[in-house]
This record gives sequence, C-alpha cells and structure tokens, in this order.
Amino acid sequence: MRFVFKTSYAQDLELFRDSVQRNWYAVLLVGLLIVPLLVPSYLVDISLVFIYGLCGLSLMVLAGYTGLVSLGHAAFLGIGAYAHVYFVHDLGLPWLVSVALASVVTAAAGVLVGLPALRMTGVYLSIATLAFALIIQEVLTRWERVTGGLKGKPVDKPVVFSVNLGGEVAFYFLCLAFLIGGLWLTGNLLRAPTGRAWVAIRDSEIAAQSMGVNLAVYKTIAFAYSAALMGVAGALFAHKIGFLAPETFSVLLSIQFLLMVVVGGLGSLHGAFYGAVFVALLPVAISQARDSVPAWIGAVAGLFGKDAGGATFLAVDQFVKKPGLEPGLFGLILVLFILFEPLGIHGRSRKLQLYFSTFPLYKRATFRRQKTYMRSERLR
Amino acid sequence: MSLLAVEGLVMDFGGVRAVADVTFTVEPGEVFTIIGPNGAGKTTIFNVISRIYDPTLGRLIFDGEDITAVPPHEIARRGIARTFQNIELFEHASVLQNLLLGRHAHKRSGFVEEMLFLPRVRALEIEHRDAVEQVIDFLDLQPHRDSLVVNLSYGVRKVVEMARALCTRPKLLLLDEPSSGLSVEETEDMAFWIQDIRTMLGITVLMVEHDMSLVSAVSDRVLAVNYEHPDVITAYLGG
Repeated sequence: MRFVFKTSYAQDLELFRDSVQRNWYAVLLVGLLIVPLLVPSYLVDISLVFIYGLCGLSLMVLAGYTGLVSLGHAAFLGIGAYAHVYFVHDLGLPWLVSVALASVVTAAAGVLVGLPALRMTGVYLSIATLAFALIIQEVLTRWERVTGGLKGKPVDKPVVFSVNLGGEVAFYFLCLAFLIGGLWLTGNLLRAPTGRAWVAIRDSEIAAQSMGVNLAVYKTIAFAYSAALMGVAGALFAHKIGFLAPETFSVLLSIQFLLMVVVGGLGSLHGAFYGAVFVALLPVAISQARDSVPAWIGAVAGLFGKDAGGATFLAVDQFVKKPGLEPGLFGLILVLFILFEPLGIHGRSRKLQLYFSTFPLYKRATFRRQKTYMRSERLR
Repeated sequence: MSLLAVEGLVMDFGGVRAVADVTFTVEPGEVFTIIGPNGAGKTTIFNVISRIYDPTLGRLIFDGEDITAVPPHEIARRGIARTFQNIELFEHASVLQNLLLGRHAHKRSGFVEEMLFLPRVRALEIEHRDAVEQVIDFLDLQPHRDSLVVNLSYGVRKVVEMARALCTRPKLLLLDEPSSGLSVEETEDMAFWIQDIRTMLGITVLMVEHDMSLVSAVSDRVLAVNYEHPDVITAYLGG
C-alpha cells in the first residue's frame, strides 16, 4: 500500500497523483517510443489504436463525463476526415492548418447537433444523434462536388512542413503526438471548473443548475469539444485508411465507439484507451485466430485418428470463415462486460491493483455493489 | 429592507393549484421556517424561489431586485443557495469536487485557459480550494474530503450538501427539510450548525422543516402554509 502525503493544495491539482505514478507514465512513454524497434510489423495497427484512442477520448468526454450518450460519433469522424481532405487536396492548405480547420468545422457541427439536443436526455438524445449520423452519411454520398460521392476520394500521405510523414514509423509518431496532446488538453479540462461542471450535469442536472452551471452552455461546450477531438481523429483516420468512402462512417462504427467507452470503463480517461486497444486489436486478433485456430483444433482432433483431424479442421475452418463472426463477437463481449464488469476494463484493472497492493488482505466486498435506495445507482 | 420578499405567489400545475397566494418577507439575519402538511406546497415555494419553476402569478424581490424572471443558473450568482429534500449530490465525484462545484458561481476562468491550464487557472483553483477548506473546517468534513459521495452515509451526505451550498458564499440559504432522515444526535448537530451559519457567517436561512423541536430551537419566525388545511397551526403547535 502506498500512501500519498498531501502537504499543499497545489498537489491536488497535478495530473498525476504522485511521483511514483508519474514515473510509471514516463516508463510507458519510453516503451511507446521504442515500440517501432520492437514490433515493426504491427505499427499500422498500433497507429489505429492511437486514432481510436482519440475517438474514445472524444466520446468519453460526452458519454462518460457529461452523461450524454451519442450514437452518431462516426458522423463527426466523417466530417473531420472529409473536411481535412478537402482543405488539403482541393484548397491546398498547409497540413496543420487543415487539421485545425477540420476540427473547427467538426466542432461547429457538434454545436449544431448540441443545440436541439439540449432539450433531450437519455435514449431520446441517442436517437437524435443516430438520426444525425444517418443524415451526414447521406450528405457525404450526395454532395459529390466536395466528397466525391460513392466514387470515394483518395487521400495522399500527410506532408507536414514539407516533410512526408506517410511512412509507417513517422505516422505512428504523428498519431502518438496527437493522442498525447488530446489527453493533456482533456486532463486539463477535467481538473478545471469546466470538467467539474460536466460531471455535475451527469450526476444531477437540477443541482448543477442551482449551483450556477448554465446547462445549455456546458452541454454545448461538451458537444463542441467532443466533436473537435473527433475531427482531429478524422483527419488522421483519413490518412490511415488512404481512401474515403461514405460507407466507412456507418452506424456500425458509431456503435464500435460506444463499445469502446463501455468496455474500457465509463468515466475514466484510462477506459477510453483500454477500449481503443480492445476495439482496434480485436479484428487483428480474430483474423490471426482465423488462420491458426482451425489448424490447432484439427491437430488436437488428429490425435484421435487421421480422419477425425481432417474433418474437424474443415468444419472449424468453415465456421470461422463465416461472415458476421466479428460483429457477433463484438456484441457477445459487450453483453458479457455489461453483465459481469459494468466498470469496464478500467474497473477490473483497479481491482487487480488493489488486490496486489493490499495482498493478502484484499476484501472482495470493497467493490461490491451495495444496495441503496437512492438515485446514486442510476449510472450503473 | 427585507432580504427576500415573496408577493402574492400562485403556482398552478395544469389544473392543480399547488401554491395559492402566498406572501411573506424574510429579514436579513433571521432564520425563517415554513411548516405545513405534505402537499401544502412548501417545496414548490422553494423551487419557485430557486427559479426552477416559473410562478403563475406573483413577484420575487431579492436584495432589492426583481428576480421573478432570472434564469435558474443566475440565482447562485445573486446569492441564493439551496439544498434538496432528496439530496442531489454529484455521487460519482469526491466530496471535494462536490464542494468545489459550489464555487462555480465564482468561476472567472475561460475555456481556452482551462484547456491549457495556464498559471492563472491554477491560482484561481487554489483560491477556490481555500474557500472550500474554510467550509470543510466549519462543518467538520475533514475525514470525508476525498471519499466518493456514493460511499458516504445519509447523514454525512446531508452535511455535504449543506457545505456545497455554503461554498457559493450565499446571502440566503434555502434548506429543504435539513433533518429528514437524520438521527436524534445528527439533528442536534444540525440545529447548532444552523445557528452558527446565522450568527458566525451572517447568512439568512429560509427552511422547510417538519421536526418541531428543531424548528422551535432555531427559528425566529415561522410561516404555516395551510392551503386546504385550515387547522395546520393547531396540528403542529397544539390548540
């Protein structure tokens, strides 16, 4: 067990709890810096983790901290991606200016969605954002002069200050830099009055209002900030996939983002990142398993006779190659998480940490849900 | 001049008249209590004063200004803070964060400087923390500073909610049933605190309360709301 001795108010304002925690994050950063040397073949996938991390951060601010669940965040990603590509290619703006402008455009779209959404809560808000996402997808399809319509739009490699950052290693570091920047800005907001106002809105709108929080202003800020982060992620995403088509930004992607924050753990920045790792790497893991699992099972079955081995191999191979396995697995995992670990991966990791730091005195009841008859349980 | 004047307040919900023509004034520095049976409209009066409801008829004058049409989030800035009958704390935040939100009415930092966490924001945060710590000292909340509200007992939550209201540095404090759900000892503490809030902090208190021992211990004046129940005074205070 580690004890933190607080000796000044400033200590509570730091991003890290104490020097030990800060050092662990430094170790993590060094680890991420040498990843390109260790696993060069997975850099593209890890870059996608970072981009999804930004998306998770964006939805975490809105759903996890402000309590506004959006089912249309892929639309913001799409707006960011198309706006960025339009600014860079069609208008020839410098790369960084274009990213900034794309995030401004997306933030404006966020305000536009946020304004009517002020009067809606819960599931009605989710449905409104879902409708927005469908509209945006339609606009991306029809507005051919800007978006290229169904023909799509090719995206060049990112060139920043006339340095080509399209290489795998360079792009990896570009995404990492943006993710760290996003984490820093969000962390700052969350320890400032704005972040507190968001949490207040999530937990009790009426009390927040009576303490002087202007609900309309802070909900709109949350929407705009969340959308702006999504816009930046969209710009990077455009370069990552190299070709924009409207069907990329489908409702399924929005649901994957929601899956990210729920599986990661609502209401924590760690959760956004855990979720991103999970959602970005699960398809990779599945495709790996597709190739290897039938052979393994076949080999095991082969112990019982040559024919059995071959037949099992074929059956399993056919099963794993069936379409729809991936969304099915996603759904199954979401259900299992909501049933068994509503706090997500972040909650599980906190339990593990406590287990080891208090060993052998860990009490299971520490995290057990207590039955209360008050409104406190409404987040769960 | 009175601190708060409620003039001819009428509140209708559709066809139901919840508050019928209530008029009263609260003088600076007093403890003013509203009593009455359930459904008499006491909490509705509170909700009108904190501007959550728009009154059907009537005027509210606070500190010499008409606040009948002021939006609800402006009320805290004008100097009115409140607690709720069924505790409305931010339950997945620490006590400290709850109290710091009470400082929201005094927020002076902008969005961009908060995003970059400039030195000015840091200095302002420490200022807010100073104000919060004074309230923590006043209400003896030190042991609970860093605990999440979900993990606190009902009695402590009541105190935290009062503390949050005090953090706004109000001129008028609205307490909606401060003793409900508290044990006898906790109610006694509450009586002391209400007196201290009045005498030491100089804050005027307007409260709704059922516990007549608490009411008679701390109140300077009492208003009995007897809409549709003409024998309220007899019921509460005896013939």
